[in-house]
Amino acid sequence: MHGTGDNNEWHPSQASWAMVVVSWVLVGIPLAWGIWKTLQKAAVLFK
Amino acid sequence: MGVCEIDKVQNIMELGKISTLGWMYTLFFVYLGSSAAVFGHWLEHAGPRKAGVVAALCWAGGLLISAFGVHIHEIRLLWLGSGIIGGCGLGLGYISPVSTLIKWFPDRRGMATGMAIMGFGGGAMIGSPLADLLMKHYQTDTSVGVWETFVTLGVIYFVAMMCGAFGYRVPPTGWKPAGWQPVAQQKAMITSRHVHLYKAPNTPQFWLLWGVLCMNVSAGIGVIGMASPMLQEVFGGRLVDLTVTLAELTKEQKGAVAAIAAGFTGLLSLLNILGRIAWASASDYLGRKKTYFTFFTLGMILYASAPYAGSLGSVALFVAIFCIILTMYGGGFATIPAYLADMFGTQFVGAIHGRLLTAWSMAGILGPVIVNYIREYQIDVLKVPPAQAYNTTMYVLAGLLLIGFICNLLVKPVAERFYMTDEELAAERKLAHDSSSNSK
Repeated sequence: MHGTGDNNEWHPSQASWAMVVVSWVLVGIPLAWGIWKTLQKAAVLFK
Repeated sequence: MGVCEIDKVQNIMELGKISTLGWMYTLFFVYLGSSAAVFGHWLEHAGPRKAGVVAALCWAGGLLISAFGVHIHEIRLLWLGSGIIGGCGLGLGYISPVSTLIKWFPDRRGMATGMAIMGFGGGAMIGSPLADLLMKHYQTDTSVGVWETFVTLGVIYFVAMMCGAFGYRVPPTGWKPAGWQPVAQQKAMITSRHVHLYKAPNTPQFWLLWGVLCMNVSAGIGVIGMASPMLQEVFGGRLVDLTVTLAELTKEQKGAVAAIAAGFTGLLSLLNILGRIAWASASDYLGRKKTYFTFFTLGMILYASAPYAGSLGSVALFVAIFCIILTMYGGGFATIPAYLADMFGTQFVGAIHGRLLTAWSMAGILGPVIVNYIREYQIDVLKVPPAQAYNTTMYVLAGLLLIGFICNLLVKPVAERFYMTDEELAAERKLAHDSSSNSK
């Protein structure tokens, strides 16, 4: 993602992208676990 | 925390009435909306990082106070910790990412707010099974593990929220993505100007959108509270392939029905979350007004159809109706900040969104009160069978959606006199820039 502010062009640094990846992994794993647990519970409804 | 956790807290605290613990939720909703309303302006000046740190301190601190309350059997500490302090933390934590993301994605406001508010709902996907897991882990012969679970959750949330707070980046002044031009000239319902926080409540648009959110959430909260008991009482034994009512089932059969109802509740939570990103993103293409038009029109049809699906005995149709309703409930939450940004500009959208969240506080009281009062009145006074007592409630909730529909229909662009002048805007931006520079 890149764009412009009032005074200059703005580009994200490599470190910003690394932080995005790490953050998504840290959030994504427990979130996927939570969704999996919810789907397991919900599966009873369709048996 | 889920229903089973509430039951455990209820038992530990030796509370006579569930309403005693229910006060914690009422306080939570009231303080969530109030803190967002009161501190929204501060957030716009101090920046989302400071707001995120305060939110983490309040939310985690509230959980620790609650843990102490459970440990010494003092319900007032739960009201204070999870109700008042936790509610304030969540109010600030709710509006800070919304305000920041809208400014980063002026071209995809709906997607941005949908992502932020989906994250808020996604927390429940983790928090509820995690709380269950922790309580099983801490359970001993002498303790059910609730206060230990509160402490562990407090520490986990504090670390996660602090990481999030320090990860915030505010876009430079006048930020726009490469190649994108504001569309205000082409679309009358999207402004490129800005209304000051203090002037927003003087506009009819603010109160119409307040009504839109309040009615959508009141109906949604009402239906969430009813969905699981309604499924059990309307379908009873049919959920386990028996042709008897719920009251005629054995203890084991009732347990199987309860497990199915719990699965139904879980499915609704998931669709509530998916609806946030799906509907809010769709609103970038449909337009906010048309999106809410869809919520209210389709909502009224579906709310009014649910009793019919019950009378047909079709579990699949009944479940499908509630699933679609829940996507629109989540979508309503997620699309409202983008609607506000379209009407009032992005300069004070976080603070204006905070003030609008008082509609959520009101809905948190209104929705359950309507559902409970109508149900009690029908069963106790009119002697309606429990399985049919939900029908009138669903029609009343559809009526709330009709009010929301009218409010949305009346929304027009904000009058010229409410917008900030270029000088006022420059002064505000300088103030916000100075505050955020000082905080670095």
